[in-house]
Amino acid sequence: MNGPSCTLNTPEILDTYFLENRARLLEIASFLDRLDRAQDLSQDTRDFRYQAFLRALELLLEPGGERTRAIQLSFSDPTTEPIESALGLKAVGAWQGGEP
Amino acid sequence: MKLIDPHIHMVSRSTDDYMALALGGIHTIAEPAFWPGFDRSGVASFHDYFNLLTVTEPARAARFKVRHYCWIGMNAKEAENLALGEQVLEILPEYLDRPTALGIGEVGLNKNSRNEIRIFERQVALAAKRNELLLIHTPHLEDKLKGTRIIIDILRNEPRIRPERVLIDHAEEHTIGEIREHGFWFGLTLYPDSKGSPARAVDALEIFGSERICINSSADWSVSDPLATLKTVNEMRRRGHPQELIGKVFYDNPKEFLSQCPKFSAA
Repeated sequence: MNGPSCTLNTPEILDTYFLENRARLLEIASFLDRLDRAQDLSQDTRDFRYQAFLRALELLLEPGGERTRAIQLSFSDPTTEPIESALGLKAVGAWQGGEP
Repeated sequence: MKLIDPHIHMVSRSTDDYMALALGGIHTIAEPAFWPGFDRSGVASFHDYFNLLTVTEPARAARFKVRHYCWIGMNAKEAENLALGEQVLEILPEYLDRPTALGIGEVGLNKNSRNEIRIFERQVALAAKRNELLLIHTPHLEDKLKGTRIIIDILRNEPRIRPERVLIDHAEEHTIGEIREHGFWFGLTLYPDSKGSPARAVDALEIFGSERICINSSADWSVSDPLATLKTVNEMRRRGHPQELIGKVFYDNPKEFLSQCPKFSAA
Protein backbone atom coordinates (compact mmCIF):
# COMPACT_ATOMS: atom_id res chain seq x y z
CA MET A 1 0.00 0.00 0.00
CA ASN A 2 1.68 3.18 -1.14
CA GLY A 3 -1.21 5.57 -1.73
CA PRO A 4 -2.41 8.33 0.50
CA SER A 5 -4.64 7.61 3.47
CA CYS A 6 -8.23 8.76 3.31
CA THR A 7 -8.45 12.49 2.74
CA LEU A 8 -11.31 12.84 5.23
CA ASN A 9 -11.14 12.72 9.03
CA THR A 10 -13.44 10.57 11.14
CA PRO A 11 -16.28 13.11 11.63
CA GLU A 12 -16.20 13.93 7.92
CA ILE A 13 -16.38 10.26 6.95
CA LEU A 14 -19.31 9.75 9.29
CA ASP A 15 -21.06 12.90 8.10
CA THR A 16 -20.66 11.80 4.49
CA TYR A 17 -21.24 8.08 4.65
CA PHE A 18 -23.08 7.13 7.86
CA LEU A 19 -26.64 7.41 6.60
CA GLU A 20 -26.11 5.52 3.36
CA ASN A 21 -24.31 2.71 5.17
CA ARG A 22 -26.91 2.60 7.92
CA ALA A 23 -29.44 1.99 5.15
CA ARG A 24 -27.25 -0.78 3.67
CA LEU A 25 -27.00 -2.44 7.08
CA LEU A 26 -30.78 -2.45 7.39
CA GLU A 27 -31.05 -3.96 3.90
CA ILE A 28 -28.79 -6.83 5.00
CA ALA A 29 -30.77 -7.33 8.19
CA SER A 30 -33.99 -7.38 6.21
CA PHE A 31 -32.50 -9.87 3.73
CA LEU A 32 -31.56 -12.22 6.57
CA ASP A 33 -34.98 -11.79 8.20
CA ARG A 34 -36.55 -12.65 4.85
CA LEU A 35 -34.53 -15.85 4.74
CA ASP A 36 -35.60 -16.66 8.29
CA ARG A 37 -39.22 -16.27 7.24
CA ALA A 38 -38.76 -18.76 4.41
CA GLN A 39 -40.63 -21.97 5.23
CA ASP A 40 -38.73 -24.48 3.15
CA LEU A 41 -35.33 -24.99 4.76
CA SER A 42 -33.73 -24.97 8.16
CA GLN A 43 -30.69 -22.78 8.74
CA ASP A 44 -28.37 -25.80 8.79
CA THR A 45 -29.30 -26.94 5.31
CA ARG A 46 -29.41 -23.62 3.53
CA ASP A 47 -27.15 -23.50 0.52
CA PHE A 48 -23.52 -22.51 0.25
CA ARG A 49 -24.29 -18.88 -0.60
CA TYR A 50 -26.08 -18.39 2.70
CA GLN A 51 -23.25 -20.01 4.63
CA ALA A 52 -20.69 -17.88 2.75
CA PHE A 53 -22.72 -14.77 3.56
CA LEU A 54 -22.70 -15.56 7.28
CA ARG A 55 -18.93 -16.16 7.23
CA ALA A 56 -18.46 -12.82 5.47
CA LEU A 57 -20.54 -11.05 8.08
CA GLU A 58 -18.17 -12.27 10.79
CA LEU A 59 -15.29 -10.67 8.87
CA LEU A 60 -17.01 -7.29 9.07
CA LEU A 61 -16.10 -7.09 12.73
CA GLU A 62 -12.41 -7.81 12.21
CA PRO A 63 -10.26 -4.70 12.82
CA GLY A 64 -7.26 -3.73 10.74
CA GLY A 65 -8.53 -2.09 7.59
CA GLU A 66 -8.53 -5.28 5.48
CA ARG A 67 -12.20 -6.24 5.75
CA THR A 68 -13.05 -5.75 2.08
CA ARG A 69 -10.16 -7.86 0.85
CA ALA A 70 -10.88 -10.53 3.48
CA ILE A 71 -14.51 -10.78 2.40
CA GLN A 72 -13.50 -10.95 -1.28
CA LEU A 73 -11.13 -13.80 -0.44
CA SER A 74 -13.77 -15.59 1.61
CA PHE A 75 -16.07 -15.74 -1.43
CA SER A 76 -13.29 -16.83 -3.80
CA ASP A 77 -12.31 -20.17 -5.28
CA PRO A 78 -8.91 -20.83 -3.65
CA THR A 79 -7.92 -23.70 -5.97
CA THR A 80 -5.36 -23.46 -8.74
CA GLU A 81 -6.26 -26.20 -11.25
CA PRO A 82 -8.31 -25.27 -14.34
CA ILE A 83 -11.73 -26.87 -14.58
CA GLU A 84 -12.35 -29.38 -17.36
CA SER A 85 -15.32 -27.55 -18.91
CA ALA A 86 -17.22 -24.33 -18.37
CA LEU A 87 -20.29 -25.49 -20.26
CA GLY A 88 -23.45 -24.47 -18.43
CA LEU A 89 -21.56 -22.82 -15.58
CA LYS A 90 -21.78 -19.23 -14.40
CA ALA A 91 -20.46 -17.24 -11.48
CA VAL A 92 -22.90 -16.88 -8.59
CA GLY A 93 -20.86 -14.85 -6.12
CA ALA A 94 -19.59 -17.50 -3.72
CA TRP A 95 -17.44 -20.56 -4.21
CA GLN A 96 -19.35 -23.78 -3.78
CA GLY A 97 -16.35 -25.67 -2.48
CA GLY A 98 -15.95 -27.95 -5.45
CA GLU A 99 -19.31 -29.59 -4.96
CA PRO A 100 -21.54 -30.17 -8.01
CA MET B 1 -13.11 18.46 -17.52
CA LYS B 2 -12.23 15.87 -20.14
CA LEU B 3 -12.39 12.14 -19.46
CA ILE B 4 -11.58 8.96 -21.32
CA ASP B 5 -13.68 5.86 -20.69
CA PRO B 6 -11.23 3.10 -21.65
CA HIS B 7 -13.79 0.29 -21.47
CA ILE B 8 -17.40 0.69 -22.58
CA HIS B 9 -19.61 -1.50 -24.81
CA MET B 10 -21.50 0.98 -26.95
CA VAL B 11 -22.95 -1.66 -29.29
CA SER B 12 -25.24 -2.46 -26.35
CA ARG B 13 -26.15 1.15 -25.62
CA SER B 14 -28.55 3.63 -27.13
CA THR B 15 -27.58 6.65 -29.19
CA ASP B 16 -28.82 8.78 -26.31
CA ASP B 17 -25.90 7.44 -24.30
CA TYR B 18 -23.47 8.95 -26.80
CA MET B 19 -25.11 12.30 -26.15
CA ALA B 20 -24.82 11.77 -22.40
CA LEU B 21 -21.13 10.88 -22.73
CA ALA B 22 -20.49 13.96 -24.83
CA LEU B 23 -22.32 16.24 -22.40
CA GLY B 24 -20.32 14.77 -19.52
CA GLY B 25 -16.97 15.48 -21.17
CA ILE B 26 -16.28 11.86 -22.12
CA HIS B 27 -15.10 12.56 -25.64
CA THR B 28 -12.82 9.53 -26.11
CA ILE B 29 -13.82 5.93 -25.54
CA ALA B 30 -12.47 2.44 -26.21
CA GLU B 31 -14.77 -0.51 -26.79
CA PRO B 32 -13.46 -4.05 -26.27
CA ALA B 33 -14.87 -7.02 -28.15
CA PHE B 34 -16.91 -9.10 -25.70
CA TRP B 35 -19.66 -11.67 -25.14
CA PRO B 36 -22.91 -10.01 -26.21
CA GLY B 37 -25.17 -11.88 -23.78
CA PHE B 38 -25.73 -14.84 -26.06
CA ASP B 39 -23.53 -17.39 -27.82
CA ARG B 40 -22.99 -16.71 -31.50
CA SER B 41 -23.63 -19.53 -33.94
CA GLY B 42 -20.66 -19.12 -36.24
CA VAL B 43 -17.68 -17.12 -37.39
CA ALA B 44 -19.85 -15.00 -39.72
CA SER B 45 -21.40 -13.41 -36.64
CA PHE B 46 -17.93 -12.36 -35.52
CA HIS B 47 -17.24 -10.77 -38.91
CA ASP B 48 -20.42 -8.75 -38.46
CA TYR B 49 -19.53 -7.85 -34.88
CA PHE B 50 -15.98 -6.74 -35.70
CA ASN B 51 -17.39 -4.60 -38.51
CA LEU B 52 -19.77 -3.03 -36.00
CA LEU B 53 -16.81 -2.23 -33.76
CA THR B 54 -14.57 -0.83 -36.47
CA VAL B 55 -17.05 0.87 -38.82
CA THR B 56 -20.54 1.39 -37.39
CA GLU B 57 -19.71 2.53 -33.85
CA PRO B 58 -16.99 5.05 -34.83
CA ALA B 59 -19.51 6.61 -37.21
CA ARG B 60 -22.27 6.63 -34.58
CA ALA B 61 -19.89 8.22 -32.06
CA ALA B 62 -18.66 10.81 -34.52
CA ARG B 63 -22.14 12.37 -34.70
CA PHE B 64 -21.49 13.50 -31.11
CA LYS B 65 -17.80 14.34 -31.59
CA VAL B 66 -16.85 11.31 -29.51
CA ARG B 67 -13.72 9.44 -30.66
CA HIS B 68 -14.42 5.72 -30.71
CA TYR B 69 -11.63 3.13 -30.59
CA CYS B 70 -11.95 -0.61 -30.16
CA TRP B 71 -10.20 -3.80 -29.17
CA ILE B 72 -10.47 -7.00 -31.20
CA GLY B 73 -10.46 -10.47 -29.67
CA MET B 74 -12.17 -13.76 -28.90
CA ASN B 75 -13.91 -13.44 -25.56
CA ALA B 76 -13.44 -16.06 -22.87
CA LYS B 77 -17.10 -17.01 -22.57
CA GLU B 78 -17.44 -18.22 -26.15
CA ALA B 79 -13.90 -19.66 -26.13
CA GLU B 80 -15.36 -22.73 -24.45
CA ASN B 81 -16.47 -23.62 -27.99
CA LEU B 82 -12.99 -24.52 -29.16
CA ALA B 83 -13.86 -25.07 -32.81
CA LEU B 84 -15.48 -21.64 -33.06
CA GLY B 85 -12.61 -20.12 -31.13
CA GLU B 86 -10.08 -21.46 -33.60
CA GLN B 87 -12.07 -20.01 -36.51
CA VAL B 88 -12.32 -16.60 -34.85
CA LEU B 89 -8.58 -16.55 -34.16
CA GLU B 90 -8.00 -16.85 -37.89
CA ILE B 91 -9.89 -13.64 -38.69
CA LEU B 92 -8.48 -11.44 -35.91
CA PRO B 93 -5.52 -10.01 -37.90
CA GLU B 94 -7.84 -8.65 -40.59
CA TYR B 95 -9.63 -6.51 -38.00
CA LEU B 96 -6.58 -5.69 -35.89
CA ASP B 97 -5.29 -3.89 -38.97
CA ARG B 98 -8.27 -1.53 -38.99
CA PRO B 99 -7.42 2.12 -38.17
CA THR B 100 -9.29 2.32 -34.84
CA ALA B 101 -8.32 -1.11 -33.45
CA LEU B 102 -5.94 -0.58 -30.52
CA GLY B 103 -4.97 -4.17 -29.76
CA ILE B 104 -6.23 -7.55 -28.63
CA GLY B 105 -9.03 -7.50 -26.06
CA GLU B 106 -10.89 -8.13 -24.03
CA VAL B 107 -9.47 -11.60 -23.77
CA GLY B 108 -8.82 -13.73 -20.72
CA LEU B 109 -10.80 -16.20 -18.67
CA ASN B 110 -14.41 -16.63 -17.56
CA LYS B 111 -14.72 -19.87 -15.55
CA ASN B 112 -11.03 -20.83 -15.73
CA SER B 113 -11.52 -23.85 -17.99
CA ARG B 114 -8.91 -25.59 -20.11
CA ASN B 115 -10.49 -24.46 -23.39
CA GLU B 116 -10.61 -20.85 -22.21
CA ILE B 117 -6.92 -21.06 -21.31
CA ARG B 118 -6.04 -22.55 -24.69
CA ILE B 119 -7.72 -19.75 -26.65
CA PHE B 120 -6.29 -17.11 -24.32
CA GLU B 121 -2.75 -18.46 -24.73
CA ARG B 122 -3.14 -18.34 -28.51
CA GLN B 123 -4.17 -14.68 -28.33
CA VAL B 124 -1.31 -13.81 -26.01
CA ALA B 125 1.04 -15.38 -28.57
CA LEU B 126 -0.63 -13.39 -31.35
CA ALA B 127 -0.22 -10.18 -29.35
CA ALA B 128 3.46 -10.98 -28.83
CA LYS B 129 3.99 -11.76 -32.50
CA ARG B 130 2.28 -8.55 -33.67
CA ASN B 131 3.44 -6.40 -30.75
CA GLU B 132 -0.18 -5.56 -29.90
CA LEU B 133 -1.44 -4.02 -26.67
CA LEU B 134 -3.45 -6.46 -24.55
CA LEU B 135 -6.65 -5.78 -22.61
CA ILE B 136 -7.39 -8.62 -20.23
CA HIS B 137 -10.80 -9.68 -18.91
CA THR B 138 -10.59 -11.31 -15.49
CA PRO B 139 -13.38 -13.67 -14.36
CA HIS B 140 -16.38 -12.62 -12.34
CA LEU B 141 -17.00 -12.90 -8.62
CA GLU B 142 -15.79 -16.13 -6.99
CA ASP B 143 -13.71 -17.05 -10.05
CA LYS B 144 -11.75 -13.78 -10.21
CA LEU B 145 -8.90 -14.58 -7.81
CA LYS B 146 -8.04 -17.93 -9.38
CA GLY B 147 -8.44 -16.63 -12.92
CA THR B 148 -6.32 -13.55 -12.30
CA ARG B 149 -3.51 -15.71 -10.98
CA ILE B 150 -3.67 -18.08 -13.97
CA ILE B 151 -3.69 -15.09 -16.35
CA ILE B 152 -0.67 -13.51 -14.66
CA ASP B 153 1.22 -16.83 -14.91
CA ILE B 154 0.43 -17.14 -18.63
CA LEU B 155 1.51 -13.57 -19.34
CA ARG B 156 4.72 -13.95 -17.35
CA ASN B 157 5.53 -17.17 -19.20
CA GLU B 158 5.54 -15.30 -22.54
CA PRO B 159 8.84 -13.39 -22.49
CA ARG B 160 7.86 -11.19 -25.45
CA ILE B 161 5.00 -9.65 -23.45
CA ARG B 162 5.94 -6.44 -21.65
CA PRO B 163 3.74 -5.78 -18.61
CA GLU B 164 3.49 -2.06 -19.28
CA ARG B 165 1.65 -2.92 -22.52
CA VAL B 166 -0.97 -5.01 -20.72
CA LEU B 167 -4.00 -3.79 -18.77
CA ILE B 168 -5.62 -6.41 -16.54
CA ASP B 169 -9.19 -5.27 -16.09
CA HIS B 170 -12.02 -5.78 -13.61
CA ALA B 171 -9.51 -5.85 -10.74
CA GLU B 172 -10.88 -5.72 -7.21
CA GLU B 173 -9.53 -5.44 -3.70
CA HIS B 174 -8.22 -9.01 -3.60
CA THR B 175 -6.47 -8.96 -7.00
CA ILE B 176 -5.06 -5.44 -7.39
CA GLY B 177 -1.97 -6.14 -5.33
CA GLU B 178 -0.79 -9.13 -7.38
CA ILE B 179 -1.47 -7.34 -10.68
CA ARG B 180 0.50 -4.26 -9.64
CA GLU B 181 3.30 -6.31 -8.17
CA HIS B 182 4.10 -7.71 -11.62
CA GLY B 183 4.08 -4.32 -13.36
CA PHE B 184 0.80 -4.56 -15.28
CA TRP B 185 -1.75 -1.77 -15.58
CA PHE B 186 -4.97 -2.51 -13.74
CA GLY B 187 -8.54 -1.51 -14.46
CA LEU B 188 -11.35 -0.95 -11.97
CA THR B 189 -14.87 -1.48 -13.29
CA LEU B 190 -17.86 0.34 -11.84
CA TYR B 191 -20.82 -2.05 -11.70
CA PRO B 192 -23.55 -1.57 -9.10
CA ASP B 193 -23.82 -5.23 -8.12
CA SER B 194 -21.10 -7.43 -9.49
CA LYS B 195 -17.95 -5.29 -9.37
CA GLY B 196 -17.02 -1.98 -7.73
CA SER B 197 -18.80 1.20 -6.71
CA PRO B 198 -17.45 4.75 -7.04
CA ALA B 199 -16.70 4.80 -3.31
CA ARG B 200 -14.79 1.50 -3.41
CA ALA B 201 -12.88 2.61 -6.49
CA VAL B 202 -11.74 5.75 -4.72
CA ASP B 203 -10.85 3.68 -1.66
CA ALA B 204 -8.63 1.52 -3.90
CA LEU B 205 -7.08 4.63 -5.37
CA GLU B 206 -6.28 5.91 -1.88
CA ILE B 207 -4.85 2.57 -0.81
CA PHE B 208 -2.88 1.59 -3.91
CA GLY B 209 -2.05 4.98 -5.42
CA SER B 210 -2.72 6.47 -8.85
CA GLU B 211 0.03 4.80 -10.90
CA ARG B 212 -1.03 2.42 -13.70
CA ILE B 213 -4.72 2.60 -12.74
CA CYS B 214 -7.60 3.11 -15.18
CA ILE B 215 -11.24 3.35 -14.09
CA ASN B 216 -14.03 2.41 -16.49
CA SER B 217 -17.79 2.00 -16.68
CA SER B 218 -17.72 -1.15 -18.81
CA ALA B 219 -21.33 -0.21 -19.52
CA ASP B 220 -23.03 -2.93 -21.56
CA TRP B 221 -26.34 -4.78 -21.91
CA SER B 222 -26.59 -5.71 -18.22
CA VAL B 223 -26.90 -3.66 -15.02
CA SER B 224 -24.37 -0.87 -15.66
CA ASP B 225 -24.06 2.89 -16.01
CA PRO B 226 -22.30 4.74 -18.86
CA LEU B 227 -21.85 7.76 -16.58
CA ALA B 228 -20.28 5.76 -13.75
CA THR B 229 -16.89 7.36 -14.38
CA LEU B 230 -18.42 10.82 -13.84
CA LYS B 231 -19.95 9.64 -10.57
CA THR B 232 -16.51 8.48 -9.46
CA VAL B 233 -15.03 11.85 -10.39
CA ASN B 234 -17.67 13.36 -8.12
CA GLU B 235 -16.77 10.90 -5.36
CA MET B 236 -13.14 12.07 -5.56
CA ARG B 237 -14.28 15.69 -5.48
CA ARG B 238 -16.50 14.93 -2.49
CA ARG B 239 -13.47 13.60 -0.60
CA GLY B 240 -11.40 16.65 -1.44
CA HIS B 241 -9.00 15.11 -3.94
CA PRO B 242 -7.33 17.76 -6.11
CA GLN B 243 -8.39 18.35 -9.68
CA GLU B 244 -4.91 17.39 -10.86
CA LEU B 245 -5.25 13.90 -9.40
CA ILE B 246 -8.74 13.51 -10.86
CA GLY B 247 -7.40 14.46 -14.27
CA LYS B 248 -4.56 11.98 -13.95
CA VAL B 249 -6.86 9.08 -13.12
CA PHE B 250 -9.59 9.78 -15.68
CA TYR B 251 -7.63 11.29 -18.56
CA ASP B 252 -3.83 11.16 -18.30
CA ASN B 253 -3.61 7.51 -17.24
CA PRO B 254 -5.85 5.99 -19.93
CA LYS B 255 -4.22 8.31 -22.47
CA GLU B 256 -0.77 7.10 -21.41
CA PHE B 257 -1.71 3.43 -21.67
CA LEU B 258 -3.69 3.65 -24.91
CA SER B 259 -1.17 5.97 -26.59
CA GLN B 260 1.26 3.06 -26.68
CA CYS B 261 -0.75 2.18 -29.79
CA PRO B 262 0.21 4.78 -32.41
CA LYS B 263 -3.33 4.76 -33.82
CA PHE B 264 -4.68 6.36 -30.62
CA SER B 265 -5.20 10.07 -30.20
CA ALA B 266 -7.28 11.45 -27.34
CA ALA B 267 -9.80 14.22 -27.89
